[in-house]
Amino acid sequence: MSAVGTLTPETARPSDGLLRRIGTAFYRRPVLALIALLLPTLLWIGVIYLGSLSALLVQSFFYLDGFSGRVIREFTLRTYGELLLQQNIDIFVRTIGMAAAVTFVSGLLAFPLAYYMARFASERMRALLYLGVMVPLWSSYLVRIYAWKLILAQEGIVVWLANLLGLQGALDWLLALPGIGGPSLSFSYIGVFVVFVYIWMPYMILPIHAALERVPRSVIEASADLGGRPGYTFRRVILPLAFPGVVAGSIFTFSLTLGDYIIPGVFGNSSYFIGQAVFVQQGTAGNIPLAAALTVVPVVVMGVYLLFARRLGAFDAI
Amino acid sequence: MNGVPAVRLAQVSRHFGAVKAVDAVSLDVADGEFFSMLGPSGSGKTTCLRLIAGFERPTTGQILLHGRDVSATPPYDRDVNTVFQDYALFPHMTVGENIAYGLMIRKVPKREREQRVGEMLTLVRLPDIEGRKPAQLSGGQRQRVALARALINRPSLLLLDEPLGALDLKLRQQMQVELKTIQKQVGITFIFVTHDQEEALTMSDRIAVFNLGRIEQVGTPADVYERPTTAFVAGFVGTSNMLAPSAARPIAGHDAPLSIRPEKIRIVDADAPIPPDCQGAVGVVRDVMYLGMYTRYLVTLDTDRTVDLAVVQQNLDTSSADVQRVKGQRVGLIWRRDDARILRTDLDRSGVP
Repeated sequence: MSAVGTLTPETARPSDGLLRRIGTAFYRRPVLALIALLLPTLLWIGVIYLGSLSALLVQSFFYLDGFSGRVIREFTLRTYGELLLQQNIDIFVRTIGMAAAVTFVSGLLAFPLAYYMARFASERMRALLYLGVMVPLWSSYLVRIYAWKLILAQEGIVVWLANLLGLQGALDWLLALPGIGGPSLSFSYIGVFVVFVYIWMPYMILPIHAALERVPRSVIEASADLGGRPGYTFRRVILPLAFPGVVAGSIFTFSLTLGDYIIPGVFGNSSYFIGQAVFVQQGTAGNIPLAAALTVVPVVVMGVYLLFARRLGAFDAI
Repeated sequence: MNGVPAVRLAQVSRHFGAVKAVDAVSLDVADGEFFSMLGPSGSGKTTCLRLIAGFERPTTGQILLHGRDVSATPPYDRDVNTVFQDYALFPHMTVGENIAYGLMIRKVPKREREQRVGEMLTLVRLPDIEGRKPAQLSGGQRQRVALARALINRPSLLLLDEPLGALDLKLRQQMQVELKTIQKQVGITFIFVTHDQEEALTMSDRIAVFNLGRIEQVGTPADVYERPTTAFVAGFVGTSNMLAPSAARPIAGHDAPLSIRPEKIRIVDADAPIPPDCQGAVGVVRDVMYLGMYTRYLVTLDTDRTVDLAVVQQNLDTSSADVQRVKGQRVGLIWRRDDARILRTDLDRSGVP
């Protein structure tokens, strides 16, 4: 006992420090702790995020007086009526079509890689691939876009490679296609599409990979055990179980493409995408109500998209 | 064993890098047998099962199912079904869809499918849950669904990978009886992997005891328990007194390691004569543990004071106070010659667990 020393009860310890009192209050009323934790976030989301969103919505019900150039602050559906003009309908079709194509091809390209990463890659290989997918996200979006401008340019490496392989004819044929062609890869919807797929690909790979990682190996083995060939197992077990990941990825690629205004500006022709139209209306044109109404379109499209995804059972597993 | 064995492993090895998970295992399992693979984790029993199912391919050796070499046949072309340790039910399908999965693949018509699913649910005593999802079932129910899903395909061989491991004791004991009943009912060969020696002893026609990727002994439950051939088997299946050659010499008169089960030893007076078909020793009772149904004694031998023999006696007409009185006394121990098993030393690579 003497070697250890005498143990005295620590009654003398100060128990009335401020932090200690706060801690005790949280202990006695856990709801206080919850409020303290959530209040900053709720304020941010409630006031700044939802607040500005509703301000946007309100703006979309005003209209711009074409003569005076002033916004008339009266409730009207006139601005929404303008959305139905053919030129605006064209913008929606163009943007939604592009978003759908980008999403579809991203999914097709991302799935095999995600599947390989989740099921076959060694730990080292997986880390490398993960890094390969993530690192581009760490660098500037604009830098990557302008890098692609050079890659796709008339004097760029793609054209050079096509010439080298004798594929110049194929390239010319591609660029001559009505609707998606253009003077060069860097000024065509093909270019817009390629860069969109490149830039949003990580957002497709990561959720699919996460979903595939959660599919237990034993479930796949069980399917084989019961007589399912690899193709059958893929269709009936792996794909349905990874589907929430595919939908999550597609929500990213689809909505990000819907809203982007830089890539079509850099690579496209003079026809606008929704994002560009919003940019122009709220900037040079000073038509805030129309800009607001235009931004409501992607919101509605995404709402419909999510409803559709729920119908397909994408959220059943969540 | 008559006819072609349901399973034959011929010098089968499976190496993972430098690890010999299964090391030159040879084994025959007869048709209709309830065969258990018993061993601690990492002993190769599960890998052996996965080799038979086709989830792993042997590094060397041959696997024959009913005489057909399937070493290079993928799982979906083997007439074998598995009940997985984690059940591996398809979470996005209902119980009915899970059970009918194998029939769907074989394109069995809908009417027959429904009828057979119904039969299976009756067999595993789970009526009226066809429409539920696996997440809505209890562990015991999932276990039965997994069993039904495997059995509906009428495989010639059913593999069970520690299927009762996740159940609580009561349910496990109930399922042990049920599995055995179902096996008799359907007449399919069962290969059952477990680390629970009691489970293996209760259910099996024969048991293979695995250790470090090899089979130490194959035999009936009585063989394996009463006549263990290696120190590992003696120590893993039940408990046993293991006597090194030096300790065995003054008692048995030979230089071979011995195993004597604690319950085979009787406590007698120190000067009692040893009958001719018995062996015996004299020692001092060092410790007494009263365990209700029986009492466990530790007796330090006179011939070798480093050795304690464990002795277990049923409390037929003794009580806690009676047995404690023996402590410190000199007693005689006798057991039948047959119960002192000479252990093989040629494959003893590991010693006692």
